[in-house]
Amino acid sequence: MRAVANELSDMWVLAIRSVKRIPRQPDLLVGFTVQPVMFVLLFVYVFGGAISTPGFDYEDFLIPGILVQSMAFGGFVTALGLSDDLKKGLMDRFRSLPMSRSAVLTGRTLADISTNVIQLIVMLVVGLLVGFDFKTGIGHVIAGIALLLLIGYAFSWVFAFIGLTASSPEAANAFGFTFLFPLTFVSSAFVPVASMPSWLQKFAENNPFTIMVNAVRGLFLGIPVGHDIWLATLWSVGIAVVFGALAIWRYRRVVAR
Amino acid sequence: MVAASHAIETEGLRKRYGAVEALRGVDLYAEKGIVLGLLGPNGAGKTTAVRILTTLIKPDSGTARVDGFDVVREPGKVRENIGLAGQYAAVDENLNGFENLEMVGRLYHLGRHAARQRADALLAEFGLEHAAKRLVRTYSGGMRRRLDLAAALVARPPILFLDEPTTGLDIRSRIALWDSIEALVESGTTVLLTTQYLDEADRLAHRIAVVDQGVVIAEGTSDELKHQVGGDRLEVSLCDGGEADAALRALAAVGVGEPAVYDHTVSVPITSGRGTIAEAVRRLDEAGVAIDDIATRRPTLDDVFLKLTGHTAAEAEEEQG
Repeated sequence: MRAVANELSDMWVLAIRSVKRIPRQPDLLVGFTVQPVMFVLLFVYVFGGAISTPGFDYEDFLIPGILVQSMAFGGFVTALGLSDDLKKGLMDRFRSLPMSRSAVLTGRTLADISTNVIQLIVMLVVGLLVGFDFKTGIGHVIAGIALLLLIGYAFSWVFAFIGLTASSPEAANAFGFTFLFPLTFVSSAFVPVASMPSWLQKFAENNPFTIMVNAVRGLFLGIPVGHDIWLATLWSVGIAVVFGALAIWRYRRVVAR
Repeated sequence: MVAASHAIETEGLRKRYGAVEALRGVDLYAEKGIVLGLLGPNGAGKTTAVRILTTLIKPDSGTARVDGFDVVREPGKVRENIGLAGQYAAVDENLNGFENLEMVGRLYHLGRHAARQRADALLAEFGLEHAAKRLVRTYSGGMRRRLDLAAALVARPPILFLDEPTTGLDIRSRIALWDSIEALVESGTTVLLTTQYLDEADRLAHRIAVVDQGVVIAEGTSDELKHQVGGDRLEVSLCDGGEADAALRALAAVGVGEPAVYDHTVSVPITSGRGTIAEAVRRLDEAGVAIDDIATRRPTLDDVFLKLTGHTAAEAEEEQG
């Protein structure tokens, strides 16, 4: 019992530590709120007119997609933070203390939930301002927000893995954007999959981002999405489990040097 | 070996990184309450030894015990009894001084209240009260090191590991840190200190192990080590090099070993610096030898290295890359 209490306490202490840095590094906060907002504005006012989304206003089509994308990238704060802790020797300090080993990772990813909440609020407000509208009841909207936060949490573990694998915070950033960015675009997030060349459609249809975006559309707009809500949940849990294991494996290796 | 009385004890520690053998069989021991200095150039293996002793990495072979606990089999017990501070000043730049110490206290599971009290006490002890609410990224190098040392002391560990605690600090900060370390030792803490500086080891360490290329090449008190390289010397620069013989005759009673003459300088081994210069000046004056400069010179790390390894510390550093 005591061990479990200590484990939770360690996780909490390190999560608080990560949360405290948000207002103290305003550049970081600006990075992960302004950038998605710029995306919303660019897509709605620049590309939106040229993209045809049968059955949807473009704002309604776009916002769930861009929310999923920004949740997925919210975790890059974790990659930067872990990479920084390694470089500055803080990881050594933590590992020389009689504390839980995994708290260094679980505390970080827990803290990401709070940054994702901030991001979500900013984006929903901007979304509503540009004309997005929920078409479902409060229960569905809350479920949709919960799913988005779950997606964000899952990708925090992807970024934890990246942060422990990359040689520097800068490399971690580049790494994340090079691989994840195209993946979010070859999905239903910004354009209907049907508008892509057929060889790409196959990929886009099975891209977990497409499934996640469809699930959020289902919950926010009330369109029929089949099993996508459950599939999106499964994908998120699966990503969290697989990358959680990978991150812990990397953590053991990287700190044992 | 009598394990019970030793705070730190290693036998045949080996660690290899790829083609580089960082440690090639290191035996160390430190009795409770002493400062053991690990002296050596960069890349000698000092930090690797500290990382093994603080459970950060595992040795390839050999054993290490800290406070009687095996670092590989009982790492948790070891961690409860050690503090680690080092050259990287591992503190969180985005927290203030108080928050850093409070965080470490809570990770030691002191409880919120006790962790805060301890943080306040340590900030006062290390003269950081005025900066308690300032973010660490605004701290000077010396302040960071003091905070780092304070963080290592949060749980009052009986054994402290200091990995090059003053490397890169200005002289005032170094002396302030030395004073803090001395106060700790007086209160009974055992310290393992790694350093590249002989003067630091000289001032702080009861016993010094000289490490080079992964092995301990000499061990003893500071005086014993200096004795191996010939001890202190009196160096006299003469106005006229032709008076060297007269100078040597005058200094015969002051010196204790083989004198050396080079350029305009006469160098004589001596036992103690106290009063030696006055005595030498008087004798040289009586003999009518005019001198340009006179000084006692203590052996440096380079002298120890040159004598022990045949190369200087700087050269060893270059070889290690």
